[in-house]
Amino acid sequence: MADVILRGRAHRFEPNDDINTDYIISGRYKFKIDDMNELAKHVMEDIAPDFASKVESGDIIVAGRNFGCGSSREQAPRALKAAGVSAVLAKSYARIFYRNSFNIGLPVIVCDTDWIVDGEAMLVDLEKGYVMSETSGRQATFSHLPKTMRVLLNDGGLIPHLRKHGGFSFD
Amino acid sequence: MGKTITEKVLSKHSETDCHAGDIVVASVDFCMAQDGTSKLMIEELAALGFATPKPLRGAAIVLDHSSPSPSAEVSRIHSVIKDFSAKHAIELHDVGEGVCHQVVPESGRVLPGDLVVGADSHTCTYGALNACSTGMGSADVAAAVHTGKLWFRVPEALKVDISGGFKDRVSAKDLILRLVGDVRADGATYKSLEFSGETLPSINMDGRMTISNMVVEMGAKFGPFPFDAVTSSWYASIGLNPAAGVTADDDASYVRTIDVDASDLVPKVARPDRVDNVCDVSECAGTEIDQVFLGTCTNGRLSDLAAAADILKGRRVKKGLRLIVAPASRSVLMRSIEAGIVSQLLAAGAVFVSPGCGPCVGTHAGVPSDGERVLSTANRNFSGRMGNNNDVEIYLASPETAAASALEGRITDPREV
Repeated sequence: MADVILRGRAHRFEPNDDINTDYIISGRYKFKIDDMNELAKHVMEDIAPDFASKVESGDIIVAGRNFGCGSSREQAPRALKAAGVSAVLAKSYARIFYRNSFNIGLPVIVCDTDWIVDGEAMLVDLEKGYVMSETSGRQATFSHLPKTMRVLLNDGGLIPHLRKHGGFSFD
Repeated sequence: MGKTITEKVLSKHSETDCHAGDIVVASVDFCMAQDGTSKLMIEELAALGFATPKPLRGAAIVLDHSSPSPSAEVSRIHSVIKDFSAKHAIELHDVGEGVCHQVVPESGRVLPGDLVVGADSHTCTYGALNACSTGMGSADVAAAVHTGKLWFRVPEALKVDISGGFKDRVSAKDLILRLVGDVRADGATYKSLEFSGETLPSINMDGRMTISNMVVEMGAKFGPFPFDAVTSSWYASIGLNPAAGVTADDDASYVRTIDVDASDLVPKVARPDRVDNVCDVSECAGTEIDQVFLGTCTNGRLSDLAAAADILKGRRVKKGLRLIVAPASRSVLMRSIEAGIVSQLLAAGAVFVSPGCGPCVGTHAGVPSDGERVLSTANRNFSGRMGNNNDVEIYLASPETAAASALEGRITDPREV
């Protein structure tokens, strides 16, 4: 069973919208680095060179529209997860990144994010469906994750899901 | 209620009567991956105890992103991929065969009405062949290769109705850049873009692939063209005669219709560093450039090389500017040689690299220097895309605009050379 309460500091970036997978992890490392923990040292470096050294286990990425657009590289959510990121909060996602994240066990949440300030202590309750800043006390709700996504997260991702059930089992 | 191409393909493959918004588990006809995404897929397949591909027409891996290998690290990845493919009956397209999204169509493994997934975001290219085809991550593609199935949310469809004729030196790339500029980078997220209209008979398969290739730059999942005479004659050219594919019902339901009059189009450019930062070429004409790249899964086909050669023949590119050409496949290169296009481009000063992705994603030849400006016929212009940190500026345009700009050493309207 995946954790339902996630806690960590908020990290925001400039640009805030359309953060693409090349920014999350540059294509130039695709062939050079195989180890996700090594790849994690380069996560976000083209738009936030100090992010990889600042991020701590449990931290949460906060963005605007269309997070994860561009390449289908699964290294993008995997490198975020390896860097310690426990969840992403954004107003919307590109569809391949959205699927990839649940497939590798990283919860990504669609909610209003304008009110979240960089560096705030955040709490995400996946079961009750809300996000709260423990710094300011402000909060926002989000719709329940689709059942398919909840099943994948609970099983630890798509490959563990198929191993557990021997096929797709969303009922 | 009538159905879109998308609803018909997903209904057939899920053996359900599904409509937009439904989630279905559907059979997949074919899967592909490339050298940048296969290693993860192989690890995921190994974890599943994979034996051989279950999709109807199997699976293929194309070594194109970093090909031939520039380093020992990449060579090791290529070796792992080749060994795995041989052991598990996965079709391997070795270095030099070309870009996956040209090699796969040429292989005849994707047929009209198919459902296809690939571990490359531009897998939507096969929409040109009347397939519902989309890019996914390595785990999704591994799941489809292993089980022959995958889950899909049936996307709502947008209809793009194309009327009017293209003016001289205006082409499919200008049309799709105009659409991306209007719809924006997330304007078609989770949607299927279905193309229709009176102009389709005059858009050849190369042009259709250019258009379907870039639907993902608006967030779209699929970009199918209907099955028509252009589709069947293209299949005849690769020696196949497939059954008629899928067309939308007259009363199919679309979220909205976007009308494009091709006769209104002018050459378009996407400025750094967003694909939807689109303007008329006149708005950035004169911008000095250091490198022009002609190629990629968007614009590396015979029609593209021919359009560039038509402008460059008997002339020379601007001194100091690099014109790099990567034909989309070995077949494209051979046909370009036969047509005299390669000599014309070489005589104009072009540098040819191996058929494949070339400098598009910065993992191979043709990496620009710090602070340089590049005009490319590719589909993405993100900072750092071509292998540098973010001080290289990438402009995207048609092969015609690329050729004209190479002559002048600055962004140039191809109608003015």
